[in-house]
Amino acid sequence: MSAPLEGREAVARALERVRAAGADQADALLVEGDSVEVRVRDDEIDVVKQARERVLGIRALVREGPGFRSAVTSTSDLAPEAVERMADETAALARATAADPAAGLPEGGFADDLPDLALIDPDDAGLSVEARIDAARRAETAARAADPRITNSQGAEAGSEAGRRVYGNSEGFIAEYATASHGVSAQPIASQNGSMQVDYWTSVARRWADLEDPAAVGRTAAARALRRLGGRRIATTRAAVVFEPSVARSLLAHLAACVGGGAVYRGASFLAERMGEEIASPKVNVIDDGRLPRGLGSKPFDGEGLPTRRNQVVEGGRLATWLLDSYSARKLGLASTGNAARGAGSAPGAGPTNFWIEPGAGTLDEIVADTPRGLLVTSLFGHGFNPVTGDFSRGAAGLWIENGRPDRPVEELTIAGNLLDMLKAIDAVGSDLLWQGRVAAPTLRIAEMTIAGE
Amino acid sequence: MSAQPTDTSLAFFRERFDLDDARLHGALGTALERRVDHADLFFEYTTQDAVSLEDGIVKSGDRHIEQGVGVRVVDGARQGYAHSDEITVDSLQLAARTARAISEGAGGKTAVSVCGGSRHDLYPVEQAPTELPVGDKVALLSEIDAFARSLDPRIQQVMASLVCVHKHVLVAAADGVLVGDVQPLARLNVQVIAADGGRREVGYEGAGGRFELTRLLDPEAWKPQVREAVRVALLNLEAEPCPAGTMDVVLGPGWPGVLLHEAVGHGLEGDFNRKGTSAFADKLGQRVASEGVTVIDDGTLPGRRGSLNVDDEGTPTRRTTLIENGILVGYLQDRLNARLMGMAPTGNGRRESYAHLPMPRMTNTFMLSGEDDPEDVIRSVDRGLYAVSFGGGQVDITSGKFVFSATEAYKIEGGRIGAPVKGASLIGNGPDVLTRVSRIGSDLELDHGVGTCGKDGQQVPVGVGLPTIRLDQVTVGGTEG
Repeated sequence: MSAPLEGREAVARALERVRAAGADQADALLVEGDSVEVRVRDDEIDVVKQARERVLGIRALVREGPGFRSAVTSTSDLAPEAVERMADETAALARATAADPAAGLPEGGFADDLPDLALIDPDDAGLSVEARIDAARRAETAARAADPRITNSQGAEAGSEAGRRVYGNSEGFIAEYATASHGVSAQPIASQNGSMQVDYWTSVARRWADLEDPAAVGRTAAARALRRLGGRRIATTRAAVVFEPSVARSLLAHLAACVGGGAVYRGASFLAERMGEEIASPKVNVIDDGRLPRGLGSKPFDGEGLPTRRNQVVEGGRLATWLLDSYSARKLGLASTGNAARGAGSAPGAGPTNFWIEPGAGTLDEIVADTPRGLLVTSLFGHGFNPVTGDFSRGAAGLWIENGRPDRPVEELTIAGNLLDMLKAIDAVGSDLLWQGRVAAPTLRIAEMTIAGE
Repeated sequence: MSAQPTDTSLAFFRERFDLDDARLHGALGTALERRVDHADLFFEYTTQDAVSLEDGIVKSGDRHIEQGVGVRVVDGARQGYAHSDEITVDSLQLAARTARAISEGAGGKTAVSVCGGSRHDLYPVEQAPTELPVGDKVALLSEIDAFARSLDPRIQQVMASLVCVHKHVLVAAADGVLVGDVQPLARLNVQVIAADGGRREVGYEGAGGRFELTRLLDPEAWKPQVREAVRVALLNLEAEPCPAGTMDVVLGPGWPGVLLHEAVGHGLEGDFNRKGTSAFADKLGQRVASEGVTVIDDGTLPGRRGSLNVDDEGTPTRRTTLIENGILVGYLQDRLNARLMGMAPTGNGRRESYAHLPMPRMTNTFMLSGEDDPEDVIRSVDRGLYAVSFGGGQVDITSGKFVFSATEAYKIEGGRIGAPVKGASLIGNGPDVLTRVSRIGSDLELDHGVGTCGKDGQQVPVGVGLPTIRLDQVTVGGTEG
């Protein structure tokens, strides 16, 4: 077997071959990465995992009438003969599909400036496996030492991924960028009177040095598990609901999915007919920005080679733009917003980059103190969100607030409403924006929701 | 009679990657150079293809090839794992050296002998699902689109996809296990959006399994599936907001078995119980469900989505009773957790791919039928909820709390099925919920082959099943107080 193709050579060879096989347009994406993950439990190494992965994706577009037939393939076998065989198959597969008038590469405007977004720190390349083991061990030790009621643990993890993405297309664009991400997390278990509660805390960053101190991660996780002990159910009621930043971000993730071009042109978003309308309280401003330095969702160009940019999605409560790739933009008669997301094995689709709600005024504590009666949600689970209707109904646990004091742990509840009503009923936006991923939020309070319990 | 899956898979890897016994011995020998309890190699070569339709056209086809090898070294409860997408002698040796770095002990070789085989042949197919011409798949989706739209003018959007997987795996372990498998898997998804006035609702119905793809292509199979998706979307156009609070709940047969999967199945996986982190830890031999409740995990059902000839550690799958007449009698085990708990592996060591460590996972999990007439079960409830289909669920293993969301549900009023409701979710406590079972129907059904289970970031196909059951006083999340 011949040596595997690497980097730009792999992308260039795939493009050349798929064009020769009959594709009128084509693009290719190579994703390479090295990863190391460790888990420590009971002060012992539980798992050490290391890997190197590469995958090459090829897209062929065969012109027919005003549109293109298209297909996408991917392979982790990068031997030249395997890449060539895959390129041939991609063109053949494209010819079997139907022509789509909206398909095709962007009409131009490919990224010509590639800003350094500080997505990787070269100094981190020398980090050892032991450095991760030490970080995980410190997180777990700190969690276990926090309180005698921390009796067990799902372990603490630390890990890193570093790699690069090389993208090229038949319009002559070819570019690459390197990224890294590091994380440390802890999952301690607190117990009391025979009942157990687990909780979790994590820190994620582009640079190892930007991670929160692992011991602090462990202590936060322990405090979160401890405050759940003795949780009770409450009677079904309607009341204010305060979302901590770490759970508020899942509301933002639902919103991100519903402003994505794919859901909009399919009519699969409850917002599809509401462009320009008030969809949230005037306190709500939502930004998507692919060029945030060190952002966990940052990239200099998107999955089609277009420059990323800042888009204000919600402005004072008014829906101001969709997030679009060139396909969904054509379907909607609009222009791409530089939001093509892409894995090596998939066609581009519209998605968020760094997506957040702009911070307002007040910390979590201040917003809670200002809430006479309600629920502070510290954990949300289940999949009860329907993007087509906006109906939301998920499991929740947290602290019951009476006279501004979050004193009583509560659990086995559901909170339900319609996301449109919920966004409009946001009456407090905190100043405490928290990044644990590419979608982020500060503390949010919704004036009233149905809370189901006993 | 066709060749056994093990032989077919062995021949495949030998031919494609030049993997002979000497090379397998060599890599295992490197992994075992220090004294450890166990080492294994997991080879995988997977072809996946999919065609999908929306807006009336099959706009894209895709095809993916994933290959690689994972090398694991186990020492006590410690696991070292390395994987590579190159299946070569060099990469095997490198992975083996990386994986063994977890063990600090002094040298000492373990003998490697190679033998073994699988007992089952649960999904022999004449033609791999990925080998059917793409033109036939495209034609099917176009017919589905036209048929769905012909059923009702309110159908505005049809999204259909056909996903086919053909996976070769080979496990070589230091204790002599050498076993392979060839695993076909296909799934047809139909989702429609119906609109009426300003209101839009969605309906979904899927089907699949490890069988000849022609079964899904038969109009006798896909037409009822499409009708079902359309029926659910139109029904939801009429659905009222769901009441919130505690009430009696009847679950319909089949897919609502996802309750068992979330509420008890995960909590009975060996890893959580070995570590004492499951709400079910130390409950073996105790009552965890009403009398009459028997829950089974069975990886040996022919052609089912959750079935396997052997698990991903080479252990043949089997039928495991988890709860017998209300008493907890068994856990689901992989090799590591079984050894550390002094139990036998149950053939439940599964992994998403070569890039993942195996863990105890469910296969097909279901409750056996009881003796009640399903209609009597519904009639027994004065005011409550009848839930027929669910989206997805999630469980917190440690506290036992679970939640899942209904996609088709009705009020029960005076023992009769009333208006459809939307946005219902059920929440409860795993170790408690099956003690609330007060009626068990005689109508066990398995789901249609669409389940995917996520654990620790790894997705594997599973099945569930349930007869009609009544649960007393469960919390229902809705918007109407």
